[in-house]
Amino acid sequence: MKLQRMNRRALSLGALAVSGALALTACGSDDTGSSSSGSSSSATAAAGSIKCDDAKGQLLADGSSAQKNAIDAWVKNFTQACSGVQVNYKGSGSGAGVTAFTQGQVAFAGSDSALKPEDVTASKAVCSGGQGIDLPMVAGPIAVAYNVSGVDNLVLDAATIAKIFDGKITNWNDAAIAKLNPDAKLPDLKIQPYHRSDESGTTDNFTKYLIAATPDNWKYEGGKAWQAKGGQAAAGSSGVAQGVKQTNGAIGYMELSYAKDGLGTVAVDTGASAPVKASSDGATKAVAAAQVVGTGSDLSLKLDYNTKAEGAYPLTLVTYEIACDKGNKAATLPATKAFLRYIASEDGQGILSGIDYAPIPDAIITKVRTTIEGLS
Amino acid sequence: MDISTHNPDTDDTPPPIAPPAADAEQKRAARGATRPGDRIFLALSRGSGIFLLVIMAAIAVFLTYRAYLAISEDDANFLTTFEWNTSLVPPKFGIAVLAFGTVVSSIIAMVIAVPIAVAIALFITHYAPRRMSGPVAYVIDLLAAVPSIVYGLWGALVLVPHMDGLFGWLNHYLGWTGVFSWDDGAPRSMLTVGILLAVMILPVITNVSREVFRQVPQMHEEAALALGATRWEVIRMSVLPFGRSGVISASMLGLGRALGETMAVATVLSPDFDIHASLLNPGGGTFAQNIASKFNEATEFGRDALIASGLVLFVITLLVNGAARMIIARRSEYSGANA
Repeated sequence: MKLQRMNRRALSLGALAVSGALALTACGSDDTGSSSSGSSSSATAAAGSIKCDDAKGQLLADGSSAQKNAIDAWVKNFTQACSGVQVNYKGSGSGAGVTAFTQGQVAFAGSDSALKPEDVTASKAVCSGGQGIDLPMVAGPIAVAYNVSGVDNLVLDAATIAKIFDGKITNWNDAAIAKLNPDAKLPDLKIQPYHRSDESGTTDNFTKYLIAATPDNWKYEGGKAWQAKGGQAAAGSSGVAQGVKQTNGAIGYMELSYAKDGLGTVAVDTGASAPVKASSDGATKAVAAAQVVGTGSDLSLKLDYNTKAEGAYPLTLVTYEIACDKGNKAATLPATKAFLRYIASEDGQGILSGIDYAPIPDAIITKVRTTIEGLS
Repeated sequence: MDISTHNPDTDDTPPPIAPPAADAEQKRAARGATRPGDRIFLALSRGSGIFLLVIMAAIAVFLTYRAYLAISEDDANFLTTFEWNTSLVPPKFGIAVLAFGTVVSSIIAMVIAVPIAVAIALFITHYAPRRMSGPVAYVIDLLAAVPSIVYGLWGALVLVPHMDGLFGWLNHYLGWTGVFSWDDGAPRSMLTVGILLAVMILPVITNVSREVFRQVPQMHEEAALALGATRWEVIRMSVLPFGRSGVISASMLGLGRALGETMAVATVLSPDFDIHASLLNPGGGTFAQNIASKFNEATEFGRDALIASGLVLFVITLLVNGAARMIIARRSEYSGANA
């Protein structure tokens, strides 16, 4: 009897502790909640001009997690207009997406980098009579965010960024940083550079930029895995953002949407008349300076990381949708075409800047639209 | 004096299950081959047993095959290389750092958790007033039910920002050893991981130890008390010797969890591919953490390489379990099987 009563008391005590913990975690997750609700409000409406044709059924897609938020916003608008279609985009990563595509498991894939020649060869097996092609659809600025108390504006150039992330510049009062920031009060504080511990297209594009813009200071091969030694590593853009926020003196690279809430973003000195901060507009301008290097209907881009165009933010990644130019599966072709047509349309591209992505510039997106109409 | 060796229950050989007089008829009934229900049940349970073995064999074959595919392409020594680059041509990767990190973080966790867990178990069984021991035991059960990702978030958001003080103190007094030197980086290091793992394995070790200490025969303790022993002497002379192998098997359960812990380590640790003398500076890595970090973006070949590292972890876990079983078997007064 007595024992039973005691157990019940223990139970209520435990329940209290649990509910307390739940309430605490609910508070902690607030900031992510608000950003996602912000994105959905800007993404609603604008569904009027979507053409569904005779699209129906389920559209499976997989790939880059960097463009997942953009796809989610598009899917919401698209399925509101075309109720017969369910679009299911899993953001399992570019590598996984391309593999799923070349194995015929998905109708289209999302990827942070263009198809490699061996992927194109593999895609011929699923695209009867055709091959996989890259359609640039979303650009995203990669922000370099920092947390140094007392420093509100920070200008860095590619060489300084490379030296910081390579552990060659280790203190915030270093002469190279002071030279670029004559007005800032730089503290005597250890620099703690944060990079991604997981393999990521963000790392790939960040290091691609460093290799192209300052090859003397960044002598690594690049790729999705971080190669420099030292510094702090964290999982995911959210992990990097969290780490930088927690650590005074930290600096890290992440997609623009994560560089918020007390984090400053670095203005990059590109050689243009004024240093450029990471922004949706700046990314679009950088993509406008890019060159189409794909052949045939493939529209893969080569960014000019050394661009000095006014307002262009060169630290930008372009993500692609990958589909077959010919030989898409008959069952999913209408839905694939209708969805891609929508996301490449003015309405589709128009919602991107509201959710910290950047639209593809007109000159290139018109080519994408033409290519989509020709898919078969 | 060692009271525990005079245990009347275990020193005697157990009595035979059935007296020899009742034979043939009873045996047939026990075998129960006569009724269809019995036969079906026998087939089902035997099938389940065999099925389990088939699944285990299938997993082992799969792991070994995929691991073979990866290791045969590896351009560096799989066991001694400090690098994990599966997308290079030719690929270079090795598990040295991962094996070191896995073992070191688990050892730190054990060093911290085992004494505390044993102390908690003794407190619950021998010191705490009844009114308290129930709730304490209950809260410890709750700790065991917290998912590991929650521990990871707690570690990254709460534990890491609060480690600066401890790390500064260790560096100041013990920095000269090299093991505790710290150059002021954010404390996302092996020691922090070890401390977090210690919290995670605490409930498992505590619960099993508590059950073992409860089973210490009342007679032993009363005998010690009658000889004028204090409460501490009772614990030292009768409870701890009786529970030793139980505590060892409890620790092995905890060690198993520490070795394989994935998300909590991946959230807290700042990994790299180097072995660092200091436990306080960021760096290192564990098998499970590395698989979790790299799997998503890995190519087909990269996954094979990760599976190969998983196979090594599998082998290490088997060795640890085997060692634990040997220790328990040698001290046969108590074993987990007849608890």
